[in-house]
Amino acid sequence: MNTRVYKPLLFAACLAPVIWLVLRIAGVLQPGLGANPAEEIQDELGVWALRLLLATLCVTPAARLLKKPRLYRFRRMLGLYAFFYCMLHPLAYFLLDLQLDFAHLGEDLLARTFITVGMGAVLLLIPLAITSTRGWQRRLGRRWNRLHRLIYPAAVLACWHFYWQVKADTAEPLLYCAILALLLGIRFWWSPLRGRLFRGG
Amino acid sequence: MLIRKPADIPTSEITSESTYLNRRSVIAGLAATGLVGTSRAAPDHLETGTAQKELPGVTSGPFSTDEPPNSYEDITTYNNYYEFGTGKDDPHRNSGAFRPEPWTVRVEGEAEVTGEFDVEGLLSGVGLEERVYRMRCVEAWSMIIPWVGVPLGEVLKRFRPTSRAKYVAFQTVFRPDEMPGQRRRVLRWPYVEGLTMEEATNPLTLLAVGVYGVTLPNQNGAPLRLIVPWKYGFKGIKSIVSIRLQESPPSTSWNIAAPREYGFYANVNPEVDHPRWSQATERRIGSGFSGLFARRIPTQMFNGYGEQVAQLYSGLDLRRNY
Ligand code: HEM
Repeated sequence: MNTRVYKPLLFAACLAPVIWLVLRIAGVLQPGLGANPAEEIQDELGVWALRLLLATLCVTPAARLLKKPRLYRFRRMLGLYAFFYCMLHPLAYFLLDLQLDFAHLGEDLLARTFITVGMGAVLLLIPLAITSTRGWQRRLGRRWNRLHRLIYPAAVLACWHFYWQVKADTAEPLLYCAILALLLGIRFWWSPLRGRLFRGG
Repeated sequence: MLIRKPADIPTSEITSESTYLNRRSVIAGLAATGLVGTSRAAPDHLETGTAQKELPGVTSGPFSTDEPPNSYEDITTYNNYYEFGTGKDDPHRNSGAFRPEPWTVRVEGEAEVTGEFDVEGLLSGVGLEERVYRMRCVEAWSMIIPWVGVPLGEVLKRFRPTSRAKYVAFQTVFRPDEMPGQRRRVLRWPYVEGLTMEEATNPLTLLAVGVYGVTLPNQNGAPLRLIVPWKYGFKGIKSIVSIRLQESPPSTSWNIAAPREYGFYANVNPEVDHPRWSQATERRIGSGFSGLFARRIPTQMFNGYGEQVAQLYSGLDLRRNY
């Protein structure tokens, strides 16, 4: 596997949703953003944030099951892109929907549970993005691995946030919840925790 | 099935058919000369799959706002109609197979005249009016929509409701073959809604058959829907097949689905938030850059129709009766 080829390819692929959105905003690509463009941008960014977060969580099981340790090389880029979308999505909300209304934002973050939960996910991801460099990895040693397990609760909060903002049709968020459950389930299956919880199992 | 003809409906309280026809042709004649502005011209870019027919003899009714209406395209491509799917563009994309003609409506319950009526029979003798209303969705967005319809109260009184008629219950058609959203149980089908008799007979309340001077497109609730402009949009039940006058409060679909979030009244109220989001402001729908950077606007009590309806709720705790 040639990293020199695949890394730029993955980089471009992860950026594609943003470029796609920009072209739709500019009216170059169809479908346009429709009657509520602010919502469309914000929702699109939110869904990609979640997809990339789950894609990041796919790397370890995929590398293990396919016996392709080189896949780990793509994990940092996926994770940072997930973080990038996790920042863009609330930013779009704040700029386009709330139009910099700080009072409204404050109220939303504290009083609207589904938004509080989304913010929780972002807060958990911030230290992971900061410590994603090789330097931090070296400095933290084994603690780095433990710290980066924060992506699990972050992903749970993100799915919960998605599930909670829906009015009645929970099919799509439940699909993402199911994928997350699978990804976390595999890790549990592989972890020593399972042996300790179910003795002899 | 007995379908009653317009002649079966008591016309004692309404303009006789001939004067009605006369008035209609006079107005049509004036409109042709450009002397009176009746309904706005039908948009010439009808992109709705089903061809919408121009509605004749529409006069401009009272209570219209002079805020600029949303485009026909915005109105017909962005709305909630879960029978066709839960996305905002689903109604527009998935309603092509729906057949709004022929159509009959069952009128039943506490009234002297009941039965099954076709739309023409139901509305005959009541002049079509254009009403440009604000529409505030419970999801905190809004539009300005030029509806065409008749006051519901005018229609109801011809059925001579009895003294026990305290509420009006409405039901949407159930046709999973034509309405793909009904194949999944996102809500309990068929969709049901209701109003108190006072609300139903308030002059603002409209039984709409058109928008922008043409018949309602399928995605907007063809052929017949309710418009209650001081309430959240979900009260405006679409594709109505049953109107029942009754003594007890009717169940309503969103209240059944989430009683803590949606009450029977569902009056637009900036002071009572939805449990999951604020109702204090709203986003006025609009496509393109202008829509993208449009400022949120403050939501008005009763959606700005307080002068007409506030007295209906005097003494009622609107925080509990949301
Ligand atoms: C401070 C942080 C966040 C805020 C303020 C926020 C805000 C919002 C809001 C207001 C909505 C509802 C949009 C609507 O009504 O259409 C929403 C939806 C959503 N958010 Fe977030 N969010 C945050 C973090 C996140 C994160 C970290 C993720 C995923 C990793 C995420 C994923 C989503 C998804 C998937 C949706 C549904 C989009 C759709 O309806 O298609 N959000 N968010």
